[in-house]
Amino acid sequence: MQSLTNRKKVVGKKEMTWVEKLYLPAILGGMRITLKHFFTKKATISYPEQKREFSQIYRGMHVLKRDEKGAERCTACGLCAVACPAEAITMVAAERKKGEENLYREEKYAATYEINMLRCIFCGDCEDACPKESIFLTDRIVPSDFERNEFVYGKDKLVETLENPIDVSIRQTPEVLEFKKNKKLTHNR
Amino acid sequence: MFTPDLIFKVILILSIFVITLVIAMYSTYGERKVAAFMQDRLGPNRAGIFGILQPLADGVKMFMKEELIPDISNKVLFILGPCLAMTTALMTSAIIPWGSNINIAGTDFSLQVTDLNIGVLYVFAVTSIGVYGIMIGGWASNNKYSLLGALRASSQMISYEIAMGLAIIALIMSTGTLSLKEISAAQAGFHWNIFVQPLGFLIFIICSFAETNRAPFDLPECETELVGGYHTEYSSMKLGFYLFAEYINMFIASAVISTLYFGGYNFPFMNSIGLSSNAVAILGVVFLFAKIFFFIFFFMWVRWTIPRFRYDQLMRLGWTVLIPLAIFNILLTGAIIFATNN
Repeated sequence: MQSLTNRKKVVGKKEMTWVEKLYLPAILGGMRITLKHFFTKKATISYPEQKREFSQIYRGMHVLKRDEKGAERCTACGLCAVACPAEAITMVAAERKKGEENLYREEKYAATYEINMLRCIFCGDCEDACPKESIFLTDRIVPSDFERNEFVYGKDKLVETLENPIDVSIRQTPEVLEFKKNKKLTHNR
Repeated sequence: MFTPDLIFKVILILSIFVITLVIAMYSTYGERKVAAFMQDRLGPNRAGIFGILQPLADGVKMFMKEELIPDISNKVLFILGPCLAMTTALMTSAIIPWGSNINIAGTDFSLQVTDLNIGVLYVFAVTSIGVYGIMIGGWASNNKYSLLGALRASSQMISYEIAMGLAIIALIMSTGTLSLKEISAAQAGFHWNIFVQPLGFLIFIICSFAETNRAPFDLPECETELVGGYHTEYSSMKLGFYLFAEYINMFIASAVISTLYFGGYNFPFMNSIGLSSNAVAILGVVFLFAKIFFFIFFFMWVRWTIPRFRYDQLMRLGWTVLIPLAIFNILLTGAIIFATNN
């Protein structure tokens, strides 16, 4: 039969030569390899002091952005929840009252907004679906925890605070922005 | 009563004791570092700078651990085992010449605790007793893994002692003495025995790997097959003693190899560089320790390169390869001595 990959190798129990039976050349060869590894650069990254650099388009923990006046951008349209293939996002909408204009940008807002980080697959579809430029995936890591319930992140953990806004511009490379403009793609509509 | 000689000997014994323990302590650290580096890792580096306090942390851990003595074990022998292992490991250092004579205020002091005229035999006697530590410990545990480990240890050590002894006989034939001091002195400068006895050295170093239970001959304690081998039931500092004894054995084996085959405290051009005899003696000690450290590294290097032998392979290597080879070496040495004398 003709070989498909040309990687086939015939193995046989070949009689060892006298030199091979001594094993010493093979042992010396092995020791040369270990010595070479002794002096090579180590693969370890000493974590707390030293951090691995993330890719520019790394998709980590989500953030709900505020607008330039500090009001929440999210209008609880539910498009992110619909787009989510893992069904990780749930929300309850509420109507903005008078005097709350500085808190919420639109007339409708999300009273609760929860992402289950154990369900989330960090695909970034919510970010693509969002018409209000509200939800973004950032280069932050979802920290580990002891309880499953702790991984359901509410607005307290998702919405950025006024004091330290989260920078999401790292991910917005020209290619990403171009992709977001193109509403012809089915899952981007 | 307190002659200068006695005081010097006491200081020497104490410093050798301390040096041995410190080197054994840091061998555990070195072992982990070497293993890590050969596997492209960093090794322990959290306790102190570069993890230099790791052995202390391990020591404290060993002391704080719960001490368990199994109910069904033979309690006296169970305690005797690690004691024997430790004692015999420490005994050999007495006859190793750590350097030539040092001259303090007109008197010569030898940097050797005692010069036995049967030095090499003493080394063998002590290593043979070393088997008992492992055997008693493994048997007293009353556990099948321990017993199997002990059986393997004793048969392995007995098998390899023969080849080791035969390798030494060839060395003694060429040097003409059993005293380690005289063997060292005969290798002055660069007349090291390795050039006279390369085959003997190869046999000797393979056997010393087996005698110290180091990989690839670590069958008595192979954790993949026997859980922990002879020290399965041991905990706390008793286990620490066994592990420590292994590292001391490694240090002593390195010292014996350096003394017998690599010139001991001798180094090339030692008499022609024109230093005072005291400076040469001290430099000699430094060189001896450099050789010892190289061999300790070599032990670790081999351990992290070569996989463990299967038991039948071990026995076949010992009885059908090394012993005939050692006998051939004796005949060869005899023939050469006979030819050169005529």
